[in-house]
Amino acid sequence: MSGEIKPLLAIRGLHTQFHTFEGIVKAVDGVDMEVFPGETLGLVGESGCGKSVTALSILQLLRCPPAEIQGRILFEGINLLDLGRERIRKIRGNSISMIFQEPMTSLNPVLTIGEQIAEAIFLHQRTSKHEAWERAIEMLHTVQIPEPRARARDYPHKLSGGMRQRAMIAMALSCHPQLLLADEPSTALDVTIQAQIMDLMQRLKEEFETSIVLITHNLGLIAEMAKRVVVMYAGKVAEEAPVEDLFKEPLHPYTQGLLGSIPWIGRKLKTGRRQLQEIPGIVPSPLEMPQGCRFHPRCPRVMGVCREQEPAVVRLADHRLVSCWLKAE
Amino acid sequence: MTETIQGTASQIRDRPAYSQIRRSWAKLTRNTAALFGGTLILIYVFTALLAPLLFPGNPSAPNLIKSLERPSLEHLLGTDELGRSIMGRIIYGSRVSLLIAVGVISVGLLIGVPLGLVSGYYRGKVDFGIQRVTDTMLAFPGFLLALALVAVLGVGLKNTVISIGISMVPIYIRLVRGCALSVREEVYVEAAKAVGTRDTVILLRHILPNVMVPITIQTSLGMGMAILFAAGLGFLGVGVQPPTPEWGTMLGSGRVYLFNSPHVATFPGIAIFLAVLGFNLLGDGLRDALDPRFKL
Repeated sequence: MSGEIKPLLAIRGLHTQFHTFEGIVKAVDGVDMEVFPGETLGLVGESGCGKSVTALSILQLLRCPPAEIQGRILFEGINLLDLGRERIRKIRGNSISMIFQEPMTSLNPVLTIGEQIAEAIFLHQRTSKHEAWERAIEMLHTVQIPEPRARARDYPHKLSGGMRQRAMIAMALSCHPQLLLADEPSTALDVTIQAQIMDLMQRLKEEFETSIVLITHNLGLIAEMAKRVVVMYAGKVAEEAPVEDLFKEPLHPYTQGLLGSIPWIGRKLKTGRRQLQEIPGIVPSPLEMPQGCRFHPRCPRVMGVCREQEPAVVRLADHRLVSCWLKAE
Repeated sequence: MTETIQGTASQIRDRPAYSQIRRSWAKLTRNTAALFGGTLILIYVFTALLAPLLFPGNPSAPNLIKSLERPSLEHLLGTDELGRSIMGRIIYGSRVSLLIAVGVISVGLLIGVPLGLVSGYYRGKVDFGIQRVTDTMLAFPGFLLALALVAVLGVGLKNTVISIGISMVPIYIRLVRGCALSVREEVYVEAAKAVGTRDTVILLRHILPNVMVPITIQTSLGMGMAILFAAGLGFLGVGVQPPTPEWGTMLGSGRVYLFNSPHVATFPGIAIFLAVLGFNLLGDGLRDALDPRFKL
């Protein structure tokens, strides 16, 4: 994208593993990625590929132990993993914020919407309680909740899922963070509400100049929202590409499989099959990662070398990265 | 037609919110047993507050000429071995019993709730330490623990409250820890952390209000238990000391005259029974009313 522009967030060699009774689970195993100011980065992959753990590692919301985070997470040049508890707490919400998948459970049922948003503002900005409350109402207005003054006094159970997710976005953006980690922000919502929430996020991103890491397994959303895409598989980055290139010409067989498994309305399947294409097999257990390339047991184009050695990440032209032996030569 | 629908819709919208508290209150007042329990407790509270009006005079002043009289119009519940009105002593005894109940619960809450919250929220070594001490305390039957503490601290009102209070602490620790363990895994706690909320704020604003319901129920049940324990200590002669009128102590001293003057021991016993019954019925009613899983 931009070699000259400094990334807002740069993840270097991130390893996040969990010590469990069954053994060490390497949820994220050597991930590198960058997020540039003002861009939306899509993070795609199947369930359990380490997308959410990557986001939680950035904010260090994982309990250590059992989790163990290694590597470097540079936010504006500062390694977040070197910061103490108190300093990371000040970054949370203020510089980097996060919204979660479950709008029904991510608001506290015993506090009013307004109280919860005002709390985040009061925490980071030196405001009076009254000012924080007024700013909370303003934020509710910004996320297009009707009658924000009345809604601020409501408890979460009175709001629908879409409204709650708006309230969550208001809370996450209340201190104008530079980076928003959106962990499947629309998965639990129905499709029309999903579109509204995505529109809202797009608009607020421009208004507040926030960078977004959009974690999802919905490739449609990625196509609409993201500028660049990182595809993860089993704790590693499989492919990274600008969004148009990725959809036009996926390089990694896994990405090809993912794109092949989306139904396209009004388009006949090339293969003549009536069924959607699927990726055979299942995601390997994080306790028993296959030797060599992690995708090789499911890969339609597997070669001898794939079974023995892990492919290195190959940097191609046009800001594309891929980790596959097919592209290694 | 459309107008009707719109009318209905606005009626629904403008209807005052049927809040959780009102719903719980409605459930509580529909529960006859809980109402009965609540009434009993209210009677005791008013008796305690209005004691000097209900019984003018000193309930502890002996009048040996009238000792061990049977119930009569002059002394509705008779007199004890020192000729003191049992009615008067029960009325004043309600002050002592309620004072003990409130004191015991305060000790239990003030020590048990913070320890339970910290134990459940932080887990790890802190939790391990607190839980092993709690295990040790729970290994003794509650009353035995209180008795042992009295043996260490000595008799009297203050020591009765402290001993029984401490014997209640492990119950609160376990209760609050269990609830905190489940609440801390909620997404909203993670979301609060993600916006940089301090641990103390998370504990007090996010977790504590979510464990208030079980605490409330336990408080009502615990008050009944506290009165019973205090009466037990009094009965054994190691609780509140005479001449302070205390139901258990009265029961204990009446035991000697059980065959010739059964009223001396019976009436304080009934007083204890009704107080404990009241708190237990109210506690059960509160549980049914406040727990959303029991929908009536």
